[in-house]
Amino acid sequence: MAKVTLQNIGHSYTAGAPIETWALKPFDMTWENGKTYSLVGPSGCGKTTLLNIVSGIVKPSQGRVFFDETDVTDLPTSRRNIAQVFQFPVIYQSMTVYDNLVFPLVCRKWSKERIATKVNDVAEVLGLGDRLKKTARSLNADDKQLISLGRGLVRDDVAALLMDEPLTVIDPQMKFHLRRKIKEINQQFGQTVVYVTHDQYEAMTFADDVLVMSNGRVVQSGSPEELFESPQNAYVGYFIGSPAMNFIDVSVSNLEITLGGKVLRTRNTLTGGVGGKIQIGIRPEYLSIARSGGENSIPATIVDISDFGSLRVLKVTIGGQIARLKVSREDGIPSSKEILLNFPAQKTLIYRDSQLLA
Amino acid sequence: MSLIAKNISVEVDSVQHLSDLSFEMSRGRLYTVLGRTMAGKTSLFRVISGLLKIDSGDLTLDDKSIKDEMIWRRDVAMVYQQFINYPHLNVSQNIAFPLKKAGLKKGEVELRVHEYLAKVGMMEFKDRKVSELSGGQQQRVALARALARKSNILLLDEPLVNLDYKLREQLREEFKSLFSDQGNVVVLYATTDPAEAMMLGDEVLIMHEGKLLQKGTPQEVFENPKSTLVAQIINDPPMNIFQGSISVGNINLPGGVSFDVPSHMTHLNSGDYLFGTVSPAIMLNHQGSLPATVTYEEVSGSESFIYVDSKIGPLVIQIAGIHSFRIGENVAFNLNPESFYVFDLGGQTIGTPSRRKMIK
Repeated sequence: MAKVTLQNIGHSYTAGAPIETWALKPFDMTWENGKTYSLVGPSGCGKTTLLNIVSGIVKPSQGRVFFDETDVTDLPTSRRNIAQVFQFPVIYQSMTVYDNLVFPLVCRKWSKERIATKVNDVAEVLGLGDRLKKTARSLNADDKQLISLGRGLVRDDVAALLMDEPLTVIDPQMKFHLRRKIKEINQQFGQTVVYVTHDQYEAMTFADDVLVMSNGRVVQSGSPEELFESPQNAYVGYFIGSPAMNFIDVSVSNLEITLGGKVLRTRNTLTGGVGGKIQIGIRPEYLSIARSGGENSIPATIVDISDFGSLRVLKVTIGGQIARLKVSREDGIPSSKEILLNFPAQKTLIYRDSQLLA
Repeated sequence: MSLIAKNISVEVDSVQHLSDLSFEMSRGRLYTVLGRTMAGKTSLFRVISGLLKIDSGDLTLDDKSIKDEMIWRRDVAMVYQQFINYPHLNVSQNIAFPLKKAGLKKGEVELRVHEYLAKVGMMEFKDRKVSELSGGQQQRVALARALARKSNILLLDEPLVNLDYKLREQLREEFKSLFSDQGNVVVLYATTDPAEAMMLGDEVLIMHEGKLLQKGTPQEVFENPKSTLVAQIINDPPMNIFQGSISVGNINLPGGVSFDVPSHMTHLNSGDYLFGTVSPAIMLNHQGSLPATVTYEEVSGSESFIYVDSKIGPLVIQIAGIHSFRIGENVAFNLNPESFYVFDLGGQTIGTPSRRKMIK
């Protein structure tokens, strides 16, 4: 296991291209030993490029990669001592499950007993213990993916475990089972894990830190809770959470935020003058229907109701702007379309030009 | 004017795919078919489109049996999980192709293509090759082609399952308005996602192991599921079910947990029952009276799902926002018996929570 340091790393697939067009714009980052990081973003955001730089499949156009204090930038993948799991299981179909798990260890000078103990331990954790003698070919897709994962886990000296969309091709019903296994394994083995996905559910479930990427940049890196509670910009507010965070244009007078003619109290304060486009951001989970008009309650009109079962999503307009809020089914639906919305001050954030104000 | 299934059964290689399926569906309405993998959703679609032969029973459209009708005479349009388009044709040509084949006049074809390009938001891509489009755009084209035909029946088999999370969310909302005006078409939409089924369906059909368990409006099915199985399938996470008993005005649960019988259960005799509660109705808090141990946690973009072991059995608790729990962590929670569903030991529903319909 190792700490991974990325120093001024950037990459372009076209030589001499201007930096704004690079697949990965230059940046610095450190990943702590034993923590799990997920890289999440839409296709083309640069997350796979970044992973491939760490694994050595791509040599960065600039910058250095360190595993602990060792500069590995010029080392090929085979000499970086990493384990990789890809979208499709990479296993030896004709070998038994046991032999697949043993294979990464054969060139190490381990005793037979030590190998057997390790393989059996890993197989047990993965829930493959009863199928060790079967050929890999005879297993389901999700079990095959577990073998790929197991091949990384038997080597307990790997610098990092890199996973590239490992659940994408797994049947939706089996995904839960695999997610649970991966999370248990992460907690138990304590490896440094870098997990690439386009699925916020996986990213938020597995990671200590989530890196949200867009257009070749890491737009925010933080714990799942930080991304939810304090998105640094409108993109993170949109990408994390479902439905997305509400962003509402507001007016400013005397350095106070006003909406619908009413002053709104907020968590952060308006600093750095009044220039730029000022908006407030609030999660649909935190907007609620106010019983009576008090502080931070603003009139709104319900225009649509979506029934998701335990929750309903109300689409409302506030002075012509659209916002969404989640309402528990237990709470019912308002009897009138004209409602008052409560904006809890601690959950209401000010953004200037789509960036969160400090 | 409707599509009617009467006691349809289908067996393939001595495996029962559909068993004694009966329903009636009206033109102009959207029916979501919700069930887990192997529930029979795809078999049902194959039967309706004519790809799978019925062993017994009948399928009628507007009072005329179509069970022996050949595929191409049934006028069924289909959209699959995979994005299926004609790769050598551009976007407009893809939508026009079946219309031309159906013998529509050139002017009419152009009009229709135009109308449906606009509806799926693909006007600016009309001259692009489909191979140059993203997954979401390709699925929009497939959808436009299927809709433009104005067929008798439109079958959508998990059309969003292969798309990114955010795109799924966006298209789901677009679908809601897109399908709101389906004129004369019977639309069936298969999904494994309860939220999608609830949100899009005029009615929901719950399927399990080849059987139709319940059919009704989303509200009916959600609030009055016929059985524990329906209650689990329509809820995500599945409804928590635990065994207990009712005696002398009390609900008694394992581990000495006891509540006053809530108003919607006062008519029940003493005896053993199954109780159910949805995940968001369980309140996790430090002062909670029931201890539990976290066995697993998942986090979506905006909710946390905490899997716990407790005296009354394993439960899933759902809370808004992102809160992190370690496996093995001790927590406490409260249950609200007013929100309990109650079932007999065979799993049939005998009581559901009363609902506050309106906030004053």
